[in-house]
Amino acid sequence: MTTLAKAASPEDIAAQPVVKADRKVQPYWNPYLAGVGLGLVLLAAFVIMGRGLGASGAFTSLVSVGVNAVAPEHAKFNAFFSEYLGDGTHHPLKEWLVFEVIGVLVGGFISGSLAHRIKGTVEKSPRISIRGRMMFAFVGGILMGFGAKLARGCTSGQALTGGALLGVGSWAFMLAVFAGGYAVAYFFRRQWT
Amino acid sequence: MNAPYFKFGYFGDEISLIVAFVIGIGFGFFLERAGFGSGRKLAAQFYLTDMTVFKVMFTAIVTAMVGLFWLSVFGIVDLSLVYVSQTYLVPQIVGGLILGVGFVIGGYCPGTSCVAAATGKYDGMIYLGGIVVGIFIFGEMFPLLENFYTSTAMGSVTLPELFGMSYGLLVFLVVLMALGGFAGAEWVEKKFSKGTSQ
Repeated sequence: MTTLAKAASPEDIAAQPVVKADRKVQPYWNPYLAGVGLGLVLLAAFVIMGRGLGASGAFTSLVSVGVNAVAPEHAKFNAFFSEYLGDGTHHPLKEWLVFEVIGVLVGGFISGSLAHRIKGTVEKSPRISIRGRMMFAFVGGILMGFGAKLARGCTSGQALTGGALLGVGSWAFMLAVFAGGYAVAYFFRRQWT
Repeated sequence: MNAPYFKFGYFGDEISLIVAFVIGIGFGFFLERAGFGSGRKLAAQFYLTDMTVFKVMFTAIVTAMVGLFWLSVFGIVDLSLVYVSQTYLVPQIVGGLILGVGFVIGGYCPGTSCVAAATGKYDGMIYLGGIVVGIFIFGEMFPLLENFYTSTAMGSVTLPELFGMSYGLLVFLVVLMALGGFAGAEWVEKKFSKGTSQ
């Protein structure tokens, strides 16, 4: 918290000479401390809203709106998209999860800025090319989107939220995520190690 | 007993969207603080060199679970009004396996890829595009998948109900399991990070 307060001070930032462009990147928080913070945010969602966190649902709203814009008839007769489009009483993007995910982007940016971690880069091992890594990122995203829909939620909505609420499906899901990851990690080691 | 506040009508839908935005900021902030804007750090969980994903996730689960338990014991939160998602066992296990594979290949999950994209990671941005395509494919295939998607329905069943245990006992057991897991994670990290980190 002390480092956060220090970095947040506007005089501090203003006092920095402009030439000092490469400010020192701060270390990440202790994982248990970050975990408690995350847990308290989740608890706040339970207490204030009576629901947990999520992420993939917001993207489903986005996709449904996109499909509806291009092919409204098609979207209407698809039970999956039409559920996310709703009954027309409010705009399908005026969803709780959509606003929450916009917050996630902002919150991530704030934390990253305060710790001087905003940098245009590609996360990968030196053993793989940028092109290769970008291809894997795209394919991984496709699998993630598909899997999250089949499981009715992702790491946020199922593992974190459902885990804390002791949901049976959520715990089965969580074990399956780790099992799936460890099962194939060896084959993709060049990308990360 | 007057929480969850939204369910007791303390504020309406419009305000709830502002609440969503603020809660999202907190969510994104702590994800980034933990280092989850970095695909390499996230993926390291699967190579046993950095167990941060496990530690953060289970600390968060335990914190929220224990907090909610005591708030319900003291009669502050009405647990029956907190939404527990329905269990569809087999599709959720299959979905979880696919998602786990996607995690290792892509390096992120949906929430963490937002944080990665917001902090400038190009792979995180591409990954978000992949998620959109994956959801689109699922939606287009939905008529074929619907039977499987709704199979093995168990309702919103919880672990205490499944094992016939009290809520408090199960919370206690999960805490014990997590503490054991943390000790194990520290040990694994020490054992496997030797030589890989300077």
